[in-house]
Order: sequence, then C-alpha cells, then structure tokens
Amino acid sequence: MCGIVGLFLKDPALEPELGKHLAVMLETMTARGPDSAGFAVYGAGAPDRIKITLRTPALFDVESFGLALASSLGADVDLVRRDTHIVVSVPGSAVESARAAIRELAPELSLSSIGAHMELYKDVGLPADVAKRFDLSGMSGTHGIGHTRMATESAVTTAGAHPFSTGKDQCLVHNGSLSNHNQLRRRLIREGISFSTENDTEVAAGYLSWRLAEGDSLGDALEASLNDLDGFYTFVVGTDTGFGVLRDPIACKHAVMAETDQYVAFGTEYRALSSLPGIEKARIFEPDPATVYFWDRAA
Amino acid sequence: MTTQFSARTVDLSSSTVRALNQALHDLKSRADATRWQILNPRGVHAIAVGVDADVVIEIDGDVGYYCAGMNKRATVIINGNTGIGLGENMMSGLIYVKGDASEAVGATAHGGAIVIEGNASGRCGISMKGVDIIVKGSIGSMSAFMAQTGTLTVFGDAGDSLGDSIYEAKLYVRGSVKSLGADCIEKPMEDRHRAELFAKLKAAGVAGEIDVGEFRRYGSARNLYHFHVDNAGAY
Repeated sequence: MCGIVGLFLKDPALEPELGKHLAVMLETMTARGPDSAGFAVYGAGAPDRIKITLRTPALFDVESFGLALASSLGADVDLVRRDTHIVVSVPGSAVESARAAIRELAPELSLSSIGAHMELYKDVGLPADVAKRFDLSGMSGTHGIGHTRMATESAVTTAGAHPFSTGKDQCLVHNGSLSNHNQLRRRLIREGISFSTENDTEVAAGYLSWRLAEGDSLGDALEASLNDLDGFYTFVVGTDTGFGVLRDPIACKHAVMAETDQYVAFGTEYRALSSLPGIEKARIFEPDPATVYFWDRAA
Repeated sequence: MTTQFSARTVDLSSSTVRALNQALHDLKSRADATRWQILNPRGVHAIAVGVDADVVIEIDGDVGYYCAGMNKRATVIINGNTGIGLGENMMSGLIYVKGDASEAVGATAHGGAIVIEGNASGRCGISMKGVDIIVKGSIGSMSAFMAQTGTLTVFGDAGDSLGDSIYEAKLYVRGSVKSLGADCIEKPMEDRHRAELFAKLKAAGVAGEIDVGEFRRYGSARNLYHFHVDNAGAY
C-alpha cells in the first residue's frame, strides 16, 4: 500500500493555500498508509539563506541550542520550531560549518533536509495527526509532496517514514517495495553513501544521491534506476523547481494525475485529488510505465 | 393506469457506499426501484458492487476502484472516469463509461458488456473469461493478458505486450499495436470475424459508428498452452 500525493502550483494565487490542499490530500490517503506520514513543502526562501530541517528528541531545549549555534557560527541563525522538528536558517556560506556545529552541539538531532526552499517533516501516527502537529494546512509554497506509509519492508519509525532527502532541495517518496535493496545498499556503502535504517526507500534515495553526486541529472538518475532497482515502485521526487514521477516497467503501483491551468497534482488514488479546485474540468491521466515525467517551473 | 416506476437518488456526500450497496443487494428481483441515480461519488471505491437485479444505475461523477464488480444483470452508467478494476468478475449486464477507465477493466469478467467512451489504461481485459469489452479510445500496455474467452474491441491503439499468454479471447484493434505479447499473433480478418464484430458492436448499440473492415484481429498462436521445454524462454 502507501499513498503519495503531490501538488505543483502554476498559479501563484494558490500559493497561500498549498498546505491546506496538501493536508486534505494527505488525509484522504489515510487508508493506504495509517502508520506514518510526511511531507516536503517548497516555500519562500530568503536570499543567501539555507534552511536546515532537524528532528529533535522530546524535551529538547531549542532556545539554548539556537544561542549556542549562533555563537559557534558567529552568524545570525533563525530558528522555527514545529512540534518535533526545527528549521534552522543559516547564511548560505555557513551550511557546512553549521552542519559540523550541529553534530558537535547536539548529536541527538537527526538531519531531515537541507535546502533553500524545502522543509521536510515526517512522523509516525495518522496522517491527519501528523499534518496537524506540523500545521501543514497553514503552510504556503510553490509545490509539495506527501506520503502516507503502511510499512512492509522495515519498522514503523520516524526515520523510516517518507519523504527521504536525496540532496539539497531534493526528496523522494515511494509506493511499493524493492527486492534488491540489501544488495544495492552494500554496493552504495562501498561508494561512500551512509544509511540510517533498514528501509528499502532509503536505498532508492541513496541511489539517487549517488547518481547525482556522480554527475547525473535527476532525469538521468531516474532513468538509471530503471536498470538498477528491482521491485515495484512509483516514485515521486521533489526538486527545487518542481516534481518528477517514475513508475516501474509494469506499473504495479497506482498513479493518477490531474492538470489544470492552475496546478498539476499527483495522487496514488483519484480520491486524493477529488477535492482540488476545478478538478471536474481537469485533464486526468495516468503516467505511463517506465517513463520519467517532470513538471518544472522555468528557472 | 400508471406504471409503477420510481427513481431513487442516493447522494454519496451524505450516504455511505456500504448503505448504498446494501440497498442495491436487497433489491433482488423486486421491481419497485428500477432506476437509481448516484450523486457525488468523488472517486470512492466499490460503488454498486455485487448487484444482481434488473436495474439501471447511473453514477454522476468519477468513481474509484472496483466499480460494478461482480455485476449481474444491472446496467451501470458512469458519467465520469473510473478507477482500477471496473466490472471485475462481472457475470452479465452492461457497464457504460462516459470518460476514461483506469487499469484492469473487466478483469476475469465472465459475461455482459463493458463500453468505454474514452481510453482504458493498462491490463484492460486481463484474464477475461467471456465479457465483451469495447473501448472507443485506446488501451494501455499488457492488455488481454491471459485472456481466456470473450472479445476485446479497440477503436484506437493498443500499448505494449497485447495479449501476452492469451488463450481463446478475440482481440480486434483498429489502430496500431505497439507490440504483441508472448504467443499472441495477428490472424486473418475474414467475413465471419467481421460479422461477429458487427454483432458485438450492434449489441452494444455502437454499430454504424465505425467500419468493421478497418479492424485487425489478434489471438493466440496456441504454442504456450502446454509446457514445452523449447518454449521455456517465452514464459
């Protein structure tokens, strides 16, 4: 099972409502994935700033951490807390030193994502509860993807929930299961990619990160995955400028898309799209198997 | 004398699919509600599954998975698109779709007819066992996989691997076929096939829309019916 939703806005007038629509779509996919949920939202960034999204343990002292990080970096640091996650905004030039300082100051934090626009939230629990905890419906942005998980390959943990970050402003969600993930994980570890779970999707994310580091474009990396990943899957990848979709060669896992003048939307089931504005006039279609699709805004 | 004819309207924004289907199952052979109108389906699954009555059910909007599955006798009209497994294991009756259909139209269906005004996605007619499927648009890949009997007629094109491991179903395609699956071959279209196709189109009320002479026929080469070691690579 598992459910995927994605919404890419063409009409800037809808941007303040991105989170509201994504939250409804996510909740509609509860029956496909009631054990955990997550989402990546591409919102406003600030010039020359990078957002680092972190997952905190319970009772984490965010205020002291913020002060310590600012003094360690000698730069101003903005910190926004959303339930168990914090988004730390640092000067673009200070990202690497910030990461090192975070590891030093608070090794108990887990890195969720890094990006100029992307913030990535996920947790165990019913999708509606997860969305509410992070106030998804209050978020604005240009596009976002979300996932509801019914675990099949590994434990129900926050780290095993989707999306998985694959690089700066990039993430991956997956519906399906990969059958060669153990073998591929060993191969990727030799290539220097590190993993924190036994999850099959983390391997797919690691694979894409590796291909991108080797110089592939995201489209090429997805094409290459058709040869190297065995199993059944529908992938949706989020990027700074849009999102991409890939289904396995026999299209085992469902996918339906809707396009209007205002947006492009993805859902594992049509139900997830049924409450979008103007859906009754949208062009509804299914992505073809083994074909890489991208919806991008011009850079 | 007035005819005892009443229409019932069920709005799925206020009623559950479970309640609707129970009411349809309770009809049996009663004839006091021969026409049903279903509003606001909004892509929910399993609408009008398991109906066994001479009724007309008209659904205004898009439906989810398995709509009209196991249908017997009923005519189900969908004024919208349909999700996966439309008319799965249908026994008889008619399903008419105004829009497009998702994967696995008429999977394992034994009888009756399914007419799709738009396109159908992959695995159309998978393991069909006697149903007559007519798609006025095109169909996706892996259609008629292991199709046993019945007819699949496509006004448009067919995707990859049409009729893989097919038994005795008859496939009529007017447009192009991207590729044929294992053991599926093109066969000569003779007068008797054109006559059969015309009869199927006529039964579905779409004869005259199209010239049966424009179709090509595909079916089983019958080489994979029984295991032969020389064919191991084709399975």
